[in-house]
Amino acid sequence: MKTFLKDPKILIGTVLTLLIVLLAVVGPLLAPHGEYDIVGRPFTREGTFLGTDYLGQDVWSRVLYGGRSVLIIAVLATAVGVLLGIVIGVVAAYAGGWLDEILMRGNDVLLAFPQILIALLVLSAVDQPTWWMIVLIVGIAHAPRVARVSRGVALTYVNQDFITAAEAMGESRWRVVFTELGPNLAVPLLAETGLRLTYSIGMVAGIGFLGFATDPGAADWGQMTNENRLGLLVQPWGVLAPVLIIGLFTIGTNLIADGIGQRTAKGAS
Amino acid sequence: MSTAAQPIEPDEAVCTASDLRVSLRARGVDVVDGVDLVLRPGKIVGLVGESGSGKTTSGTALLGYARTGAAITGGQIIVAGHDVRSMSPGQVRRIRGIDIGYVPQDPSSALNPAIRIGAQLRELLDLHNVGTPAERADAIRTILPEVGLPNTDEFLRRYPHQLSGGQVQRVALAMVFLPRPKVLVLDEPTTGLDVTTQSMVLETLDRLCERFAVAALYVTHDLAVVATIADRVAVMYAGQLIEIGPAAEIFNRPGHPYTRALLNAIPHLHRSFALTGIPGRTPAPGARPSGCRFHDRCAFAIAECAATEPDYADVGPQHHARCIRTGELPAWDPRARAVADTDPQRERDLVLTVQDLNVYYGPAHVVHDVGFDLARREIVALVGESGSGKTTISRCVAGLHDQWDGEVDLGGEELVRSARRRTPEQRKRIQYIFQNPYGSLNPRRTVEQILLRPLELFGVAHGRAARERAAQLLDAVQLGEGALSLRTNRLSGGERQRVAIARALAAEPDILVCDEITSALDVSIQGSITELLNRIKNERSISMLFVTHDLALVRSIADRVLVLQHGRLVEGGLAADVLDRPEQTYTQDLLAHTPTLEHTLE
Repeated sequence: MKTFLKDPKILIGTVLTLLIVLLAVVGPLLAPHGEYDIVGRPFTREGTFLGTDYLGQDVWSRVLYGGRSVLIIAVLATAVGVLLGIVIGVVAAYAGGWLDEILMRGNDVLLAFPQILIALLVLSAVDQPTWWMIVLIVGIAHAPRVARVSRGVALTYVNQDFITAAEAMGESRWRVVFTELGPNLAVPLLAETGLRLTYSIGMVAGIGFLGFATDPGAADWGQMTNENRLGLLVQPWGVLAPVLIIGLFTIGTNLIADGIGQRTAKGAS
Repeated sequence: MSTAAQPIEPDEAVCTASDLRVSLRARGVDVVDGVDLVLRPGKIVGLVGESGSGKTTSGTALLGYARTGAAITGGQIIVAGHDVRSMSPGQVRRIRGIDIGYVPQDPSSALNPAIRIGAQLRELLDLHNVGTPAERADAIRTILPEVGLPNTDEFLRRYPHQLSGGQVQRVALAMVFLPRPKVLVLDEPTTGLDVTTQSMVLETLDRLCERFAVAALYVTHDLAVVATIADRVAVMYAGQLIEIGPAAEIFNRPGHPYTRALLNAIPHLHRSFALTGIPGRTPAPGARPSGCRFHDRCAFAIAECAATEPDYADVGPQHHARCIRTGELPAWDPRARAVADTDPQRERDLVLTVQDLNVYYGPAHVVHDVGFDLARREIVALVGESGSGKTTISRCVAGLHDQWDGEVDLGGEELVRSARRRTPEQRKRIQYIFQNPYGSLNPRRTVEQILLRPLELFGVAHGRAARERAAQLLDAVQLGEGALSLRTNRLSGGERQRVAIARALAAEPDILVCDEITSALDVSIQGSITELLNRIKNERSISMLFVTHDLALVRSIADRVLVLQHGRLVEGGLAADVLDRPEQTYTQDLLAHTPTLEHTLE
């Protein structure tokens, strides 16, 4: 872990990510105004330094309130997607044969759909989307991509002699997967997890922007960009503030993922 | 260091390197220093050393090349009248391939599978603008018969895949000699080739170097190959030339303790030798000891060896060794290490019988009706060229491959095909050691974790007892207890293979199946592993199935030998009988093509 933080890429990424997570977590405590308080006329420089939004609510306060839901949903969705994907990918790689074929061809079919399309299809079919729906949709949309990567990573190990040696000794298949294969996959898949987190944030915010928020009135970085886009020319901060924060966060997680990926490619873990 | 120690006749030498130094730029550490080499037309100098000795670095330095991160930082390199170090990269590039050629490991890999033979040969001449197009075509037609290939249009139009393996090697050799280089650097060109192909390549190289008066440097770790091809031999250790002399001199009167230790690690075909390794590790650049670099591993070292860096001392005519005690060393007699062959009258208590073994890979039938047996405290070698089925048979015995039929009987119990379906007791009794210790140990686990698992799984020991047992096992394979907490990536190849052997021993098996377990290792490590296996066999009454392609090694390790060709058993019997009095022509061929030191011995 310490060697990771010596890499400037990973260090900068970690600092950015932590700063924004901190902002989202303690934000509501620091906010000068309430989440729904009307502090002035809409789209003006009234309120704190970022001005007001389409209803006259304080943009800075809503930015501070609006991170939690996005981040929590994104993190949970990433966890669901990565876990599901790794299980599918590693099982396919280790089992091989027909099971590998079935899993991977099914995977290819899912890969053919754009992620956001699946999300819209499901969300437009329900009256009111709940947070766990978004978690599941985004997570499941990630799974086939993670499955492909983890199968690839696992394939480089499944035919190595140390796996054969464990099998020849009569180790159970699960033990082979968890104690022999697993530790070797951890670092490369950590990089993939970081990348998926980046996409999750984008997707969750995008779903908010498209109007499928779980609570239409609540502050939410994605939803804010939608609400305030009409005033983009008069009061750009209503859109720019959440966009910048999402941008910085994705850059942060991406830098971490990229840094870890490069280090594993070099074999320096 | 001093050129006086090595007389140079400038009119004769076509390539000289003096006081050559190659350093790692970032750390300012020398990889190679003070190397003097003289190459003369038509003569081959063998540059021998173990991994990390700097032999390849010295070889490529003659082409003005140092690998990324390294640079040639001192000395003078003269190639065919060019002072390589004072030339610009562009100028050096122009003499490469024309004046000085480089032949990598497995030269045939240099052929592009998508280009016809004729076009590939022409490419090099076109690139360097050698002669007129007619002359180029002519040069190609003259070189092909020299390497034993037809020079017809039909042949030139073929693609590499339309040639046999031997022919591909010949084409690659033709490419090397086509521009008529004056100097050649051959970097282990036959490593990984089968003995018959290797023997063809060596024979052709030898003939063409003499025919075209090429001065060659043959870089290799294999002393037996050097004994076959080289006129002079230079031995490298830890970045220095430690001994140089005529081949016959080096093999009969080695003047440096390191050369002697290397020779002690090399098996002979017609005499069983007790092989020994060299204690310790080859020091890495930057960690090399002061004084004589070999003093900390040397059996003859005295206090002064650590203090003074020895200069070349004369051992014989044209023969120098960097050792202050070279005159005091006892007379060299390789025969002193000879041990008795297996007693043919010995009683055999069979532990494993294999009958009518047929093995398949999908539709391919790769092993046909093979049968053999293995007795307690006996080592049976399976030998053959690649594709002979020797590894396949060993995998079937261990249950790692399950497409076979026939009968494998372990102490009265018939074994089922796959290890997973065998009883734990049967799995415990047969342990498999893999060829490549870099792949057979999990890089994410410590040595202790690796050793504890079989102890627990087979119920040999648990908890504290198991940890004590793991330490004992490490001791049995001559590794310190300190290695327990290390991950395997901190260990050298030889140390890893010892851990793999310890893991196999942890199960307290009756049979060890060893699949080419020394072929990825240096000769001195091969020597010490062989020593270790012989000791394990005697101390623990273990039997071994020893797969190898090295017939000479068979003589030193195995009691009995089985020769395989294309999945069929050609010949089998006591090692001494088969190697000294082969009955089948295939065995005779193999033996004739196996490089060996014996013919150099006086």
